[in-house]
This record gives sequence, structure tokens and C-alpha cells, in this order.
Amino acid sequence: MKLTSLFSAAIGAAVLMSATSALAVTIGFSQVGDEGDWRPAFSRDMQAEAKKEGIDLKFADAQGKEEAQLTAVRSFIAQKVDAIIIAPVVVTGWDQVLREAKRANIPVFLADRDVDVTDKSLYVTRISADFNLEGKLAGAWLAQASKGNCNIVELQGTTGAAPAIERKKGFEAIISNFPNMKIIKTQSGDFTTDGGKKVMEAFIKSTDNLKGVCASFAHNDNMQLGAIQAMKEAGLKPGKDVLMVSVDYVPAMKTELAKGEANASVELRSAIGKYIYPVVLNYLKDKKPLPKWVVIPSDLHTAATPGN
Amino acid sequence: MTARIEIVAAAKTYPGVRALDDVDFHVAAGEVHALLGENGAGKSTLIKIMTGAATADAGELRLDGRPMRFASPADARAAGVGAVYQEVNLVPTLTVTENLALGRLPRRFGLVDWRAARVQARLRLRKLGVEIDVERPLGVYSIAIQQLVAIARALDEDTSVLVLDEPTASLDAAETARLLDIVRELKGQGLAIVFISHFLDQVYAIADRLTVLRNGRRVGVGTPQEIPPAKLVPLMLGRELEAVERARAAGQTHTGEPILVAQGLGKTRVMAPFDLTLHPGEAVGLSGLLGAGRTESAKLIFGALRADSGSLKIAGEKINPSPRASLARGIAFCPEDRKAEGIFAELSIRENIAIALQSKRGWLKALSRAEQDRLASEMIEALGIATPDAEKPVGQLSGGNQQKAVLARALVSDPRVLILDEPTRGIDVGAHAEIVALIRRLAGQGLAVLVASSELEELIAVSDRVAVLRDRAFVGELSGADINQQTIMRTIAAP
Amino acid sequence: MKSFSPPLKISTPRAAPRLLWPLVALALIFAVDGIISPHFFAIRIVEGRLFGNLVDIVYRATPIAIVALGMAIVIGTKGIDLSVGAIIAIVGATLDWRIHMGDPHLLALAIALAAGVACGLWNGLLVAVLDIQPIIATLILMVSGRGVGLMINLIYGGSDPSFESPLLQGLSTGHIGLIPTRILVGIGLWIALWALVRRTALGLFLEAVGANPKAAELAGVEARAIKWAAYVISGFMAAAAGVILTADTHTSDPVSIGLYSELDAILAVVIGGGSLNGGRIYLLGAVLGAVVIQALTTSILTSGLPPEYNLVVKAGVVLVVLLLQSARTRAAVARLATGRKR
Repeated sequence: MKLTSLFSAAIGAAVLMSATSALAVTIGFSQVGDEGDWRPAFSRDMQAEAKKEGIDLKFADAQGKEEAQLTAVRSFIAQKVDAIIIAPVVVTGWDQVLREAKRANIPVFLADRDVDVTDKSLYVTRISADFNLEGKLAGAWLAQASKGNCNIVELQGTTGAAPAIERKKGFEAIISNFPNMKIIKTQSGDFTTDGGKKVMEAFIKSTDNLKGVCASFAHNDNMQLGAIQAMKEAGLKPGKDVLMVSVDYVPAMKTELAKGEANASVELRSAIGKYIYPVVLNYLKDKKPLPKWVVIPSDLHTAATPGN
Repeated sequence: MTARIEIVAAAKTYPGVRALDDVDFHVAAGEVHALLGENGAGKSTLIKIMTGAATADAGELRLDGRPMRFASPADARAAGVGAVYQEVNLVPTLTVTENLALGRLPRRFGLVDWRAARVQARLRLRKLGVEIDVERPLGVYSIAIQQLVAIARALDEDTSVLVLDEPTASLDAAETARLLDIVRELKGQGLAIVFISHFLDQVYAIADRLTVLRNGRRVGVGTPQEIPPAKLVPLMLGRELEAVERARAAGQTHTGEPILVAQGLGKTRVMAPFDLTLHPGEAVGLSGLLGAGRTESAKLIFGALRADSGSLKIAGEKINPSPRASLARGIAFCPEDRKAEGIFAELSIRENIAIALQSKRGWLKALSRAEQDRLASEMIEALGIATPDAEKPVGQLSGGNQQKAVLARALVSDPRVLILDEPTRGIDVGAHAEIVALIRRLAGQGLAVLVASSELEELIAVSDRVAVLRDRAFVGELSGADINQQTIMRTIAAP
Repeated sequence: MKSFSPPLKISTPRAAPRLLWPLVALALIFAVDGIISPHFFAIRIVEGRLFGNLVDIVYRATPIAIVALGMAIVIGTKGIDLSVGAIIAIVGATLDWRIHMGDPHLLALAIALAAGVACGLWNGLLVAVLDIQPIIATLILMVSGRGVGLMINLIYGGSDPSFESPLLQGLSTGHIGLIPTRILVGIGLWIALWALVRRTALGLFLEAVGANPKAAELAGVEARAIKWAAYVISGFMAAAAGVILTADTHTSDPVSIGLYSELDAILAVVIGGGSLNGGRIYLLGAVLGAVVIQALTTSILTSGLPPEYNLVVKAGVVLVVLLLQSARTRAAVARLATGRKR
């Protein structure tokens, strides 16, 4: 008796699900969490764009926890969604759950961060910006603005985080072409305003008020905003005394650029739903294999009045 | 006589206190050697040196004639010295087996062999005539059983010296008799036994020799015949013990307005409802065997236990008893278990003494430091608390001095009624007499005193009336000439 | 052969040896700094205020010191408050929200501090009334608090939580005369708290409850109310630190603000001579502990050490400080030293 009632409930659920999926494409999106300014904006955009595209989006916030994310993905599989988008919390430990998705014939797309799996066929493609390219853009802008002559202080992101590693690599790849450009101080500000401010305060002390320093490169805007505050409190003029270049282009950085207290910011687009969904929907239509990485273009924004 | 364990010219100084000074002490195999002295005489320090818990500043320790140096209790145990302390040093939440096996678990293939551990535990206990379920947590058993488990733990196959520090402090008469039998048996097996107790009758019943310490020095050594009680007490105190006089006419009755009236006060499954009246200037004793409900009735009156029946009136005012309400109306309470309920070990003597008065005044009206200092030094003086100054943490005092600090706390709270639960527990002879005299003096000054005690002599010495308890109920009240050992015991025993 | 010295009288104040070791640690850290960078101790006047590494250390240590003061109170009652970091996040978000709602900034400040007190009341309820173990009780708010902060951010959209407030930034990054205001605020809170616990009997009651709750109850101390008060004080102090930190960066970032401040605060209390066994409250020690931790952090930042080593070096130095504090280690070192002399 118990079995039969379970069975009929399962049928009922299946009917209900097919009814909704007949109306629209159902996509499960597992987001990392909502830290900082960028990620909540990204989440909001994904939800807004889904509405525009007529997609039934199942949104799950993992709050930075690996287990929560795995649970969310498994529940998407159980709900038989048409596709799953994952913004992974961590790089490793994905083989098992991705295999489960593949067995259920549900294509998986990665957004933002990468995963480390032995079998690359477990996911369709990764759709994201290129951190390395962002670093290169920042480096190229600085090389041009300083005419290849610059002592740089660097505010690193969280030690060991992929964006921190890649932005640093891309930036260094460019400036290594210029013998008179070098990083003279580097420290981690943990991607936070507070961290950026503390590190810049220490740099100011240890370089005698940034004497001989021509630029500050921050792995994200939040740290650069903290650095700007620290410099102003020390009586320095960010954007004039020192060139300020960073990555993200968050709203507060737009204000600083307009005031001329920052010089350049590479945009890490948060409104990327319009890049991600077409890729997913096209694949669901024609199942044509895609390259393993679809790059979302990055733009560099500069101050209204560039520094000298 | 060759000594199994021998201490020669031991000296030890703690900050502010010379704990031991040129002390010799030796115990032969098959001998029970009692160590006697007042609080602070140096007994604890001497034991600590023997058991590796402390090292002497000077002097030598020999085992079977060989000089030894114990850096830790483990060293001492490995050399065959086992110890059982006054406060049982076992873990009540662990099982009996675990308590016995801790630190020497039998292993098989690198894993703990719990079967073997259980078998060993049963064997060890059987040697002491104890048959209990070794798989139950130690805490479920009585203090007496716990004490025996502690002795079992101290006895290894190769144990040759056993130190017993106040092993009978928490035991009733029958349990004590059994423990003394066990001690005799161990002595017969050739163990050298150091026995410390403030019960002189036990000491004389079991000791082959006595060593008496005072102020860190040895003041006497000999057989019980050589040092009879009449000689012992002056040795310990350094003066003739003044007999406690019952400084009042026998059968003195107190009439007039009672200060405290309990009517039908009781708590289900804890204490049957009872009536009790206290008058100013009157000392009333609570007598009964262990577990008869002495502590429970004292706590019900103070409000430390919540009564679920009856009523309590203080000076005609009906109150809902709680420690705060009681203190506010002038009832002070000295608990029996000073470690768990009495002292604040980390706080200074001054703070320990001031806290009850302070909480009576409320947190906003702080006693000034000068006032606290005055109260503390008055009490240190009046009760003879042995300490270099009032700022010493109470946890560093000896047991008797801690008891005095708790008593001092109750006294400075300016009480009209003083409830004392085992005021002389773990206290040596001299302090004992002082406290008995103090209780009489307080009653003489108009205080109502309620004393719960397991010691008949003490109750007889202090009480105007004695309430007798049996099986958690009041069974009789004696006064006047009826307050004597025979009548009290008859009342306790009457069916 | 035998000497009869009179009993030793220890007349030095008891506080001295307890504070000695954190001071020694501080001296060692500064000594290393002096060797690495000769300009480390330079103090100048920039923009009308004192400027230099030493000022930075005190300046940056202030919020943690304030949190540590509250933590010292809670630890004195044999409790612990793991939620202070989360309270900082909630207070920051509340402050930002009220400013975005257009409240006068003084009112916003009062509401933010009240939010911290409310958090303390919640913790106290769990610990003192419901008798939940402090580590579990405060873990609840520690885990959920930052999420609460994010939800508060969402009330007003939260896309750009930055704000400007002359009053609050004045309290946090401003200066009165040459002295940074927050240092004065910190000293003010310290004195106020000292007066609260030492000029009244509250400190004695807190310590009594920590040393032996049963005995405290029997001595007429209302143990529940006292414990509850401890968590409220800790909540308020965390709130004050939260206001300073939030105003410092002009923004509310509940995910990262005051991250691990609970651990720094506990460490500060322990370095300052406090024991997790409760029974004693050392306010000066807690402040000193916070300064030691910040001196270490600032030194690492200015030393040019690669960021990968920061945490390991910090942990190593903290370990040394705690070993210095342990009587047993000191005795062992002393034994070794005298052994060598022989």
C-alpha cells in the first residue's frame, strides 16, 4: 500500500514537471554565494535575463559551501531540469556529481570559475571572463599610460584564489616586456575594502609616502577603493600622484573614475546572463559540441580625466 | 626496622610560607604510619613530595634505601608509590573500568583490549571485597564506593607504599569500619601505609606509629602508646586544648518571638515536610546518619533547594525562600561541599569574604576597597586563617582555611540566622574547637544558629536543641539533659 | 648547613608578572622591525595628525581591542562569545541601511549600537536562561549573523552600499588634535567598562560566577542576570567596533567585515593573561593582547614577506607568546639554563 501511494505520487510529480517543461526550458543555476558587490549583481542579472528569455530558472545559493552546492546540483538532477549551470565554489571534487548528471542526460555548463575533472566531456563548456586577459588589459593600459616606466605596488586577491593567480600572471606577462616596469611591493588584501586599506597603509609607511611609486594595481576594485581611502588619509592624491588601475568596474569605482581618483578599471561583467543563456539554449537545440571555454569579452574603462 | 620509604631532612618553601623545614619521616613495610598535624602543618606538602606532585628544595627521598627523585606522580607510581587523596581524583562520567584503566590500558595488536580491562577492573575491586558493575559510570556510586575504586586504582601489583589522605572524610561509620579492615589487610600483605585522618579514634584504632607535624616541623614521633591523645593534642596545637565548656545552664529554653518558623516545609522525593522553629540566641542541631536529610533540610530552609510544600517565615514575614531572598532577610548559609559550592578558588580571600555582603547590597553599591580590606583582615584575625595576606587566591589555602573563609563570608553578611552544614568537615582538631567555641559565642550574641553535623560530640557541644532525622524525615527533637550520645543514638535508631 | 630564612613576602603587585610576557613579546616584535626597517618607528605629522607605523598599530588594534574588552568579560564568566564577528557584520549593515533610509546619522548610530545590544540579549538568553553551552549558543549567531547582514543590505537594494557620513567617519578615521578619534573612543570605552566592572561590584559578581556558579548562587549572586549582562556587554562592544570598521571603509560588506575577529579577540584575551577557565577579568591585558596581535600583523605587512607566509608566521609568533606565558615552559627553560650552568 505504501509502495503504491509512493508510486502514484511519483507519477503525479513527473506529470507536473513535464507540464512545466512543456511551457519553458528549465535551468538549474547553482551560485557560489553572495559575497562582495559583484556576485549579487551577477545573481540578479541571471534571474532577470532568465525572465526575459522565458526560462524557468531554479536558483540555489550555496553560501560558499561545497556540500550545499553538491546538494543543490543533485536536487536539480532529481528534478530532471533541462540544463544545469554551476558557478563552482571549489575547483576539485566534481567528477562524481557531474557523472550523475551525465547519466541523467542533463548537460552541465560552468559559469565564472573552472573545475578540475579528468574527463572534460563531463561538462559542455565553461562560459566566463578570462582573468588572465583582465590582468593583461590592466598591464597594457599601465604600460601605455606610464610609457613603460613604472614602479608598481600590487594588492593581491586572496592568496591561492584563481582570479588572484591569473590576474597576476596576465599582468606580469605584459610588464615583463618593459625593463623599467616592476612590482616593488605586493601583499594580499583578501579582495576586501578593509584589506586593501590596511595593506596600502603599510605600503605608504614602508615606501616613505609612496616615494618613487608610479602605480597601484589591485586585483579587484574593492581593495583599490580601500587603497584610495588610505592614500587620501595620508595626504596623497590617488589618480594624480599615483596611477590607479584595478579590475571589476563596480558602481563605486565608476564614481571614483568620474572624480579622477582612479584611472582605469577592467570590467568584470556581472550582466553576463545575455552571454550565458544563448550558449545554453543553442546547445539544447542542436547539441553541437562547443569549445571547452567560451570567453566573455572584457572591457577597460578609464577615467574621464586621465592621470598624467 | 628497615624503612620502605624514607624522607630525610626535607625542606620546602612556597612564596610566603615555609611549608616543610628539616622533616624526617619513614615508614616500614607492614606498618601503618599516621601523619598528624593542624591545617598548614605540612602534611600535604610531605605527601606531595612522597608522591611526586612536588619536589623538595632540600633533603633526600629513599625507597628501600636507594635515593630517588620523583619528577612527576607517574614517576612515583612507577616506583611503587600509590596515593588516594581526600577529594577523589577520578572522573565521575567515565565508567569504573575506564577510571581504573586510565593511563595503563591493556593492549592487543596495538588496540585497547577492553575485555581484558574489564576483567582486570573486576579483579582489582574483588581484592578489596567490592563487587559492582564496572561498566557503569563511576558517578552513580556512593562516595564510599568511589573511595574504594580510588584505592583499587592506587594499588598495582608492585605497589609497596600506599598514601591515604583523609580516606574516611566522606564515609559513614559502617563504611569507615570496612575501609579500616581493608587497610589492615593491605598492611598484612606487607604494604607500607601512610594514613592521614583528622578522626583521632580512627588513627588510634589503626596506626602502628604516629608522626606529628606543626608549622612545617616534626614535633613528635612514636607509637600510639608513647603518644596518647592527651599528649598528642598539645603537640599538634602547641598549647593545651581548652575544653569546650557548655557556657550555659543545661536545659536552657528560648521563648519569645521566634526568628524563623518553618511549617510543613518539604520537597517531594527529597525531604518529607517538617516543622522547625529558631529563636534568637538559640543553637539547634540537625542530627542523623549520612543520607538522613540533614543537608537537604538546611538547604530547603535557605532556599538553595526549592520547597514544593509548606511555608517559611522570617521574623513574622512569610517569604518565598531563595538564596537571595534569604540573604536579604539575614539568613546566611555555609555549604557542606566547600569545593563545589563554597569557595571561589581563583578569587582572593578578601573577595571570597566580601561577596555575600556585597550581593546583599546590590551591584551598584560597591563596598570600598578599604572596607573590604578591613572585613578581610578582621576575619583572618578572628578565625585564624593562615595566610600571608588577604590577596592570596583561596584555592591556594589548605582545606580548613578554605572552610574558615566560607564561614567568614557568612559572618560578615551580618546574619540573624546562621545555617552551617558540616562546619568542621575536613578540619583539624584545633580549628574544630575554635569553630565550636565560635558557634557558642555567636549564639550568645543573639544569633540563631542551625548546625547540621555528622559528629555527635560537636552537636552536643553546641546545641540547645537537637532535631533528629531519619530517612529524610524529622523523627524527634531533644532538649536539655536529653542532649547526650545515648539518647540521640537511640532516637536515630528507634524504629 | 640549614638556613632559616624568614618566610618570603611577595610585595610586588600581582598584575606585573602577568603583563610582563605580552610586553616582552611586543618588545621582541619591535626589535625585529627595527632591524628589518630602520624607519619603522618614525612618527611624523601628516594632514594634521600623527602618522607612522606605531600610530597605525594602535589605530588598527583599536577595534579588536574593543571587541577583546567585551570578550574578556564573557571569558571571565567562563563563557565565550564566538558571534562578535557576526555582530560586527549585522551592526555595519544596520548602520548602512539606516543611513540609506535617510535617518539622522546620530540616530543611525544609536540604532546600530542597539542592534549589537539586541544580539547580546539573544546570546545571553540562550546561555543564561536556556542553559545552552556558550560555545554552541554563540555559534548559532556566528553562523547566521553574516547572512542576516546580507539580508539587511537587501532591504534597500544593496547594489552600492557605500555611504558618506562626516559624523561616523569622524569617529572612525578622523582625528582630534593630533590623535586619531578612534583611539580616543577606544580609551573612552575602556575607561567606561573599567568603571562599570571595578567601581561597582559587577566585576566581582562576574568573576564569582565564572569561578564557581553554584557558590555564587548560594552567596546570593543572581548568576543568570550576571551572565546575561556579560553577553550584552560583549554585544555592545562588538557593535562599537562594528561602527568603527564600517565607517572606516564607508561600506557594508557583511561577508568580510571583521572576519575572524572572534578568534583575534579570544587570542588577545589569552595573550593578556586571561584563562578560558574563567574567574578572572583582565581588561588591560586584553588591550595589550590586541596591540601585540596588531603589531605582528603590521610588521608582516611592512616587512615585504610574501603573502603566502603571513598566516604561518603569525601563528608561529602567537605560539611563542603563549609558550612564554605558560608557567610550565618557563620552568623547563629555567631548568635547562641552570643545568647548563652546572
